[in-house]
Amino acid sequence: MFTIVDEAVLLLVIVCAIGALSIKDLVGAGILFGAYSFMMCMLWAVMGAVDVAFTEASVGAGVSTVLLIAAVFRTTRKTRD
Amino acid sequence: MEHFLTEVLADHYNYWAYIALMMIGLYAMIAKNNLVKKIIGMNIFQTAIILFYVSIGFKKNATIPILDAHGAHGHEVVAHAVDYINPLPHVLMLTAIVVSVATLGVALALVLKIYREHGTLEEDDILNQLSE
Amino acid sequence: MRILGLLSCALLGALLIAIAADFPEWGDAHSPASEHLSPYFIEHTMEDTSVPNIVTSVLADYRGYDTMFETIVVFCAGIACFFLLGSYACAEPEERFYRSVETGVVLRFTGDARPRPDSPCFERIDPRWTPRDIIISMVGRIMVPFIQIYALYVVAHGHHSPGGGFQGGVILGAAFILLALSSNLRTMTRCIDHKVLGVLSALGVMIYAGVGVTCMVMGSNFLDYAALHTILGVSPVAARSLGILFVEVGVAMTVMATMVVIYNNVASAGRYEEGL
Repeated sequence: MFTIVDEAVLLLVIVCAIGALSIKDLVGAGILFGAYSFMMCMLWAVMGAVDVAFTEASVGAGVSTVLLIAAVFRTTRKTRD
Repeated sequence: MEHFLTEVLADHYNYWAYIALMMIGLYAMIAKNNLVKKIIGMNIFQTAIILFYVSIGFKKNATIPILDAHGAHGHEVVAHAVDYINPLPHVLMLTAIVVSVATLGVALALVLKIYREHGTLEEDDILNQLSE
Repeated sequence: MRILGLLSCALLGALLIAIAADFPEWGDAHSPASEHLSPYFIEHTMEDTSVPNIVTSVLADYRGYDTMFETIVVFCAGIACFFLLGSYACAEPEERFYRSVETGVVLRFTGDARPRPDSPCFERIDPRWTPRDIIISMVGRIMVPFIQIYALYVVAHGHHSPGGGFQGGVILGAAFILLALSSNLRTMTRCIDHKVLGVLSALGVMIYAGVGVTCMVMGSNFLDYAALHTILGVSPVAARSLGILFVEVGVAMTVMATMVVIYNNVASAGRYEEGL
């Protein structure tokens, strides 16, 4: 893409995605999922999609993360896998 | 080999990254045991597809798709399509993002119901309980 | 099962990568995706609708039909959450905890016993209670009006800056969720009741469809905002801009109400008594 920062963000996105799926604590998975959403928002802002980045920042990194953690709060936090 | 490196890889490596993200999400939906991890995989898949679509509409040396209403040339604002990023993928993906959060809400409601029924979120435990 | 999943994902990935070699170069201004329809939108949005934000004008005017059905989808998701989880709303939990405000002593009531409903000495707390944190609840309560004003700004300025109905609606819903997170779910329920939320979400969809039907009544097509110019008393171009504003308000209402409804249901598992 443009600069080395953008390629670093892309790499960080993949690392966050794999991390959110491998971690054994569901609250940690929710938090990493919020970080993944925010990294995606930055990628789109760099690509010039400002409306999409705005929506993803409010929806993905905000409401989606809160809903996931609220659901984990009502169920169990540990997982075997 | 040189053709592969310079032409194919250098121009298209970002598509490979998007495809890798999609496959990570898809694999998580199939293979993970925990229901919440499956839902996270579904969201990763959805956002990776949105990333792929939005990257199609990008144009080099073009600006964001908001016109300068009070242009420097007086009342008439002449917009050339080459100067602005393609707004059509953005519009479609706005819908996709909001639909993805709605799907997440309904999926989490289903997970809560399943937990109330079976007391666990692991898929193989639930299948064992169902087959008894 | 996992090996099969891994193999199929790898195969699909390899297939997609082989296809991706045929794509045009990233950032090409003359790729097929940017040649056919979007030059019309970019060049004609100012003279058709006088809305500088091309994404908003395409979303609410040129492709208004899709946005209407998307609003209906969001509304249906809220209804689905309510129907899935709300069936346990009648049952009171077996033990309830009350804390005396002055001394901090926590009492546990079981069965049917409860203190007098409006006694100021006792406040109800959640079973997994945390110590009363005055900083977080105060700061949350102070921040909520500013967030709501910003959300209304985003909705109103969707024509000239990035924003619009969805973003403003989600931020407005997030303000209420912040109130529920920092204080209590019951505090938020006292501010906005469940019935009001249900009515608001339906009202948003009805505003959108109502604008479309009004255009049909005036003799034009469904969702053709230029037909509203006789009611509003402006030129047809300005009528399209105002029509976009009306439908954005409807979308924001529905999205806000649905976000809060989904949070209510998921955080309290349908009982609306305790929350996060």
